[in-house]
Amino acid sequence: MSNKSVTRRGVLKTGAVAGAGVALPTIFTASSAAAYTNEPTGGSVTLGFNVPQTGPYADEGNDELLAQQLAVEHLNGEGDGGCLNTFTSKALQGNGILGKKVEFVTGDTQTKSDAARASAKSMIEKDGAIMINGGSSSGVAVAVQGLCQEAGVIFMAGLTHANDTTGKDKKANGFRHFFNAYMSGAALAPVLANAYGKERRAYHLTADYNWGWTQEESIVASTEALGWETVNTVKTPLASTDFSSYIAPVLNSGADVLVLNHYGGNMVNSLTNAIQFGLLDKQANGKDFAIVVPLYSELMAAGAGENIKGVLGSMNWNWQLQDEGSKAFVKSFGEKYGKPPSNSAQTCYAQVLLYADACERAGTFNPCGVVEALEGFEFDGLGNGPTLYRADDHQCFKDVLVVKGNESPTNAYDTLEIVEVTPVEQVTYAPDHPMFSGGDLGQCNPGA
Amino acid sequence: MLGLNKKDTSLLIIVAILTLLAPFILNPFPAGSAMAQFNAGYPDLMQRFVIFGIFAIGFNILFGLTGYLSFGHAAFLGVGSYSAVWMFKLLSYNVIPAIALSVVVAGLFSLLIGYVSLRRSGIYFSILTLAFAQMSFALAYSVLSNPKFNLTNGETGLQVYADDPQILQGANSPDLPHLFGLPMRSTYTLEVGAWSFDFNAGYYLCAVIMMAVFYLAIRIFRSPFGMMLRAVKSNQQRMNYTGLNSKPYTLAAFVISGMYAGLAGGLMAAMDPLAGAERMQWTASGEVVLMTILGGTGTLIGPVLGAGFIKYFENIFSKINDNVLHGWFSFLPDGMEDAMVFIVHPFIGKGWHLTLGILFMLVVIFLPGGLVEGGQRLLNWVRGRRSGADDKTAGKTEPAE
Amino acid sequence: MDAFLLQILNGLDKGSAYALIALGLTLIFGTLGVVNFAHGALFMIGAFCAVTLQRILNLSYETVDETQTDFLGNPLKVKTPYVESWFGPEAGAAIIDWSVPLAVLFAIPIMLAVGYVMERGLIKHFYKRPHADQILVTFGLAIVLQEVIKYFFGANPIQTPPPEALRGSLDIGVMFGFDPNAIIYPIWRLVYFAFSAVIIGGIFAFLQFTTFGMVVRAGMADRETVGLLGINIDRRFTIMFGIAAAVAGLAGVMYGPLNPPNYHMGMDFLVLSFVVVVVGGMGSLPGAVLAGFLLGILESFASTTWATTTIPGINQIIIYLVAIIVLLTRPRGLMGRKGVMEE
Repeated sequence: MSNKSVTRRGVLKTGAVAGAGVALPTIFTASSAAAYTNEPTGGSVTLGFNVPQTGPYADEGNDELLAQQLAVEHLNGEGDGGCLNTFTSKALQGNGILGKKVEFVTGDTQTKSDAARASAKSMIEKDGAIMINGGSSSGVAVAVQGLCQEAGVIFMAGLTHANDTTGKDKKANGFRHFFNAYMSGAALAPVLANAYGKERRAYHLTADYNWGWTQEESIVASTEALGWETVNTVKTPLASTDFSSYIAPVLNSGADVLVLNHYGGNMVNSLTNAIQFGLLDKQANGKDFAIVVPLYSELMAAGAGENIKGVLGSMNWNWQLQDEGSKAFVKSFGEKYGKPPSNSAQTCYAQVLLYADACERAGTFNPCGVVEALEGFEFDGLGNGPTLYRADDHQCFKDVLVVKGNESPTNAYDTLEIVEVTPVEQVTYAPDHPMFSGGDLGQCNPGA
Repeated sequence: MLGLNKKDTSLLIIVAILTLLAPFILNPFPAGSAMAQFNAGYPDLMQRFVIFGIFAIGFNILFGLTGYLSFGHAAFLGVGSYSAVWMFKLLSYNVIPAIALSVVVAGLFSLLIGYVSLRRSGIYFSILTLAFAQMSFALAYSVLSNPKFNLTNGETGLQVYADDPQILQGANSPDLPHLFGLPMRSTYTLEVGAWSFDFNAGYYLCAVIMMAVFYLAIRIFRSPFGMMLRAVKSNQQRMNYTGLNSKPYTLAAFVISGMYAGLAGGLMAAMDPLAGAERMQWTASGEVVLMTILGGTGTLIGPVLGAGFIKYFENIFSKINDNVLHGWFSFLPDGMEDAMVFIVHPFIGKGWHLTLGILFMLVVIFLPGGLVEGGQRLLNWVRGRRSGADDKTAGKTEPAE
Repeated sequence: MDAFLLQILNGLDKGSAYALIALGLTLIFGTLGVVNFAHGALFMIGAFCAVTLQRILNLSYETVDETQTDFLGNPLKVKTPYVESWFGPEAGAAIIDWSVPLAVLFAIPIMLAVGYVMERGLIKHFYKRPHADQILVTFGLAIVLQEVIKYFFGANPIQTPPPEALRGSLDIGVMFGFDPNAIIYPIWRLVYFAFSAVIIGGIFAFLQFTTFGMVVRAGMADRETVGLLGINIDRRFTIMFGIAAAVAGLAGVMYGPLNPPNYHMGMDFLVLSFVVVVVGGMGSLPGAVLAGFLLGILESFASTTWATTTIPGINQIIIYLVAIIVLLTRPRGLMGRKGVMEE
């Protein structure tokens, strides 16, 4: 930013009169006198749902889309209202947002940062979307977050777990409800120490890209703090479909725990391979061999099938939670679509509601107003208990779940069971924590 | 005019008119109407049409003229993008040095890869270029983005951060790519009744550049150099026997098309200052091959049409969802409406790949010369109807050839 | 030493998959002269034959169990597969357990039919067209096939587990006098290797020792002359296309238990298998097999910690690096014939 002395509130005030006042460039439209990008002028407001619809994460994207559609219904007062009834903030009336009917457009991220930006741009430029929500990878989240910052719309991230999204790549216009790799480590480590003891030797297989690295770093740090030793960390190529040559040396390496820092199809394959090699039936250093998958999702669990039995990992949310917010959401999602929602679906649903609520409380769709309303916002009733949207980095702080592959699932959906709900205090970190350092939120950008 | 014959001049003029008036042509439907879904006249997509057009024109100089099928051209596009973003990071957001460097770097990179790959021909050449591009992609995605030596920023894509040096960035110059102060994003929206048309600075920069390189391509096609390249395609052996060494010619064609790709990459970064590694993946290289074949290999305008065709489907069809469908068919009775939505559903939104695959097959089965042939047939059909009997006799004599 | 042996083993089973797909590709190319970009899709369809059979065997009727509840609190519906009620619970469970080996039988007719229809319906019309057109049309077909599979089976991977008896791993090291746990190898991977060895051997024997095979080989060498001799070579080539499709499909069926099938697995293998074919040399069957195993083994060695610390990123690029080195030292790959696909 060329003009760092301007405060956010100052921008908001001047921005309301004329966005150009702070030397911000004219973006997207120069003809209308809009105070911010895509200011809704008619009786409706358009949200943009940007999820993977093709490629390996298409099913996850579809789940996110279903949840977002449900959220729109609830905002417009259709259906059973879902979490509007349990949300602690009562600003939303079920009459749209600020009296405007909520409409949505969809786009396909293809889980590629280029394609994701293209579809987000088309929703902003062509359809007049005022907020972008969704996604299922950190690369995409960071790329789209950067775009939204430049364009002057709000980005509500979907599934993104890398520390960088609210660390070195954080942006004032971007918000993350999902948990992150650091939180996974902080929540998992004590449970691991309980289950497997404090003298363990871990072997990491890590997907060779940004998310994999941050997760490996987080898990190594938190397990070593509890006395574990890290034998080796091996990076696996992104395009790998078969991990046998990486799994084969594990048993003879002196390690007795295998940590799989993989996601999606990579994780399904690496775990399947590890089970093929019979790692879980073996003993090493006189202890039963164990496998850990730090980041789980329901679809990965379904893809990995029986192989996940007894394997520990962490999640942002699970449909088996018994708080009022979760129950309300599972009920309306389940009744509409005939299956329980996944944790990325829940995040996308909550994000839409949080955005709408912030607009109501701010009394405007102006991104700077929304940012003000969301920063430091404390709420409950959307699942995961009391939650804080921290102002320093726009990261949500809430309870984190440690889950385990169910030994005896009774249906297709309870493949994971909740082992522990790690309280939020345990996963909270300082905004300037070294794993998150180097970024700058900057100023909120209303565009126009 | 400009050293072109009459036919080429009129082609160039048509292209110029089409690109300059694209904001009107691509937005034929009123903004609020149901058909507005098919409007493509928004800045991002218009930029993409032109940028991928440049990419495909360049590719066609190599493939269309010499017949050498490169399966790794996306690497040059990616390298171009990375160089442009590095210029933004180090110098300033002005797009001129960025685009210039991207062309130069892509040229050097293609010289290196071309020199090695052109030692083989046919499919062996294709696999060599594929191998180089896939190596570039894999390295850009992981190894070259490690914290100690971060050249590409890996999965996330290279982007400009607030703490980058930007030594030439003036205090008042815009904080995003601009041409001497004119931001690439600035758009003037013209409202005419229910219609709205976007005139975007970045698009017009790309459009002017495309017309320049399209002109250059025509000149290459018509030059003695172009003839030489065609000779390579039709019979390289005979050419060698006459004592001509074809390698310098093919290498020159390879480097020129690599520079076109680099230019496209640089422009992509200039429109949107982020360079992702996926730009270099084999699917991206395959895409430009498809664009060229689909449009019409070896024709001047074909690759541009092919590029437009694929990008249109990617960006327009992927955004049609069931909600939109219900909107379209809402005039039908309830049962019919649902039935129509059910029938169309697999082909739109998440099914856009399916539609594209079917169209590839249809075009290549029925129009062996690509979209250009389709256009010619249409033109001939129209002409044939207009002039009636005279052409019929002329048409009959043709097969005797 | 043990680490060395372990990676050889790993390379062998990776190599078997590459070799099987490359073999089919080369068969099609050598006989019909067609560059088949849909070959990866055939591999994928094979794997989904196993998924389909598994689904069929698991077709169930529902009974309501009032004592348990589902996730919404309604009474749980318990599913019992028809197979179990027809053959008795134990035999039925055994049939379901062995669904992947059974799928081999299931897949052969399906893949032959798919191959036949593909050749007669589409590929036939492209013999005289440029390779670029063949690439485009088969690539389009590959996209259509994978999108159809995605429409019915979703994008998420689907487990096709091996039979209970063939799960888990063997301690091969102990058999050869190494320490326990030094060389552990999954049983199904050994099965896969043996299976592909049988298939590859079978194809070579078929081409070498049968009259049909002899005619096909003659046709590959000089199609016109064989045609002039009054032999209907086209029909035989169509059958070879079916066989090539079946080889790719069977490779897919058996691959399922190693890594669960998903709709884009064909595309993942497509580029790799072309590299294998070209490194082996266009049109050479032994070359394809040799290159498959060579690249598989080298890929395994490149993934060792030793290799990746010596040259960072080597595991990402090894296949392509080898391809470049081979093509620059041997102009037509390992065993390619002169003049094939060189213009």
